Amino acid sequence: MSLFDILGPVMVGPSSSHTAGAARIGYICYKLMDEPIERAEIGLYGSFLATGRGHGTDRALVAGLLGMKPADERIPESFELAKQQNLEFSFGRADFAEAHPNTVKLNLTGKSGRRLEVTAESIGGGRVRIRQIDGLEANFCGDYATLIVHNLDQPGHVAEVTSMLAHKSINIATMQLYRDGRGGHAVMVVECDREVPEESRKWLAHLEGIIKVTYLSMEE
Amino acid sequence: MALKSLEELANIATASGDPFWCVVLKEDIKERQVTKEESFAKMEGMYLAMKEADKQYDGKLRSRSGLSGGDGQRLNEYLDKGESLCGDFITTVMMRAVKMGESNACMKRIVAAPTAGSCGVLPAVLVTMEERFGFSIEQMTQALYVAAGIGEVIAERAFISGAQGGCQAEIGSASAMAAGAAVFLYGGTTQQILHACAMALKNLLGLTCDPVAGLVEVPCIKRNILGAVNALTSADVALAGVKSAIPPDEVIDTMRSIGSMLPKALRETGEGGLAISPEGIKIMEKQQKE
Ligand code: SF4
Repeated sequence: MSLFDILGPVMVGPSSSHTAGAARIGYICYKLMDEPIERAEIGLYGSFLATGRGHGTDRALVAGLLGMKPADERIPESFELAKQQNLEFSFGRADFAEAHPNTVKLNLTGKSGRRLEVTAESIGGGRVRIRQIDGLEANFCGDYATLIVHNLDQPGHVAEVTSMLAHKSINIATMQLYRDGRGGHAVMVVECDREVPEESRKWLAHLEGIIKVTYLSMEE
Repeated sequence: MALKSLEELANIATASGDPFWCVVLKEDIKERQVTKEESFAKMEGMYLAMKEADKQYDGKLRSRSGLSGGDGQRLNEYLDKGESLCGDFITTVMMRAVKMGESNACMKRIVAAPTAGSCGVLPAVLVTMEERFGFSIEQMTQALYVAAGIGEVIAERAFISGAQGGCQAEIGSASAMAAGAAVFLYGGTTQQILHACAMALKNLLGLTCDPVAGLVEVPCIKRNILGAVNALTSADVALAGVKSAIPPDEVIDTMRSIGSMLPKALRETGEGGLAISPEGIKIMEKQQKE
C-alpha cells in the first residue's frame, strides 16, 4: 500500500470499488482488445448486480470499454457516447459458484470480429484483478505490460516465450502458468517491466501450438 | 514498509530533525523509488484536484437514485446570510464537506481520501483553512503528507474501508488524517499532531457502515460534516496542550478490534443500521423497482 492508495485515486464518484474499479476493468478490456469494441455482453455478479445501477457501475464499465479512465468526466454520459461510437451493449447477471462480491464477466466482440471473454473483480480502492481470460484462469492487476499466451498444453511453449523476452531484453516481473485439465489448453500470464513489441507478439502468435496471444499495453 | 506506527514516525522525526511531513515524504521516495520532486508534484496534484473538485460543485445536480443533491447549495445560502450558529468558518467547512459528498454521489470527479464515501472531510478542512489563513500551496501539500502518513499507518494497523471496519474506518480515518493536517498547518508540534489524530479517531470509534440501499449517499454525505468538524475541534484541543489518555497507535489498534467485532450487517452490506430503518427499507425497495 502506498501513500497514493490512501490519497487517491482521482476518480469520478460515487464509489471506488463500484465506479472507479468498474471503469478500470472496462479500460483494461479496451486495451486487451486492441481494436474498437462493437458488442459487449456484460454479466454482473454479487454487489455489482445488487447496487451497480445506483453506483453507476454500468456506465463506468461501458465508459472503460470506450477507452475512458476512472477520472474521465464523461463517464456519466457513456451510454450516449456508446451509441455514437457504435458500441452495442447489454447487461445481465453472471452466475458463479464462488466469486468476489464485485465481479463482472464481459463477452466482447471487436470490429474485426475478434472475440474476448474477461472475468474481473474490483478489489477496493479502485484496484482490480483480472481472473479469467477466454475461460482460462489468470491473475493480474493491469499495472504492468502483460502478455497472455494461450497454448496447447505441451512442452516447449514456456521456453519460447521466455527466450523471446530474453532476446528482447525484457525483464519479467511475474509469471503465472495455469492449465485447463480437460481441454488440454494452458495459459501463461507474464507481467513485464517493459512493453513487448508488436512484431514479437505476432511472431509468437504464429508458432505452432500457440492458440492466442493477448496483450495489455501500458502505452496511452 | 516503515509506516506501521505513528509513534515510530514521530521518533524518526525527532531523531532526524525532519518535520513529520518530511519523514512521510522520504518513506514515499523509498517505497515507490521516485525522486523528491516527483513525489511532491504528485501530492500537490492531489491537493489541486481537491480544490478543483470543490469549485466544480453544481447545486442543480441530483444523484441517479434521486436521494441527494442541492444541500450544499442550501448551506451556501444559509452561510451567505451570516447568521449561522457555528459561525462562518465552521459553516464553510460544513458546506464544503456536503458539497464534495454530493459531487461524489452525482458522479463528478473527486479525490478518494481515503475513500470516495469520505472524500469531503479533508478538502472541507484544508481548502477552508487555506482560504481563511492564506497558506501556500506548498504548505497545503505538506499538510497532505501529514494526512497521508496518518492514513497509511491506519491502513497498515487496521483498515480504511467500511466493508472491513465500519464507518469508523472511513469517516473516522479521514477525520484523524484531517485533524493531524490541521494541527500541522496551525503550527503545532509532532506530538500535537499525533494526539489530535488520536482524539479525532476516538470520537468516532464504533461508527457503523449502514448505507441506505447500499448507496454511498445516506448517511455518508452528511457524515463528512461530522468528520470535518470533529477534525477541527480535535486539532484545537490538541493545540491547547490536551493529550489523548490512550496513545495514538493504541487507538488505531482499538479501531481494528472494534471493526472485527462489528457484525457483518453493519459493514457496508446494507443489512443493518439506518439501511433497515422503515424509511431506509422503503428507499431500497423503490430503488430496486427502478
Ligand atoms: S456509511 Fe459506509 S459507505 Fe457511507 S461513508 Fe461510512 S463507511 Fe463509507
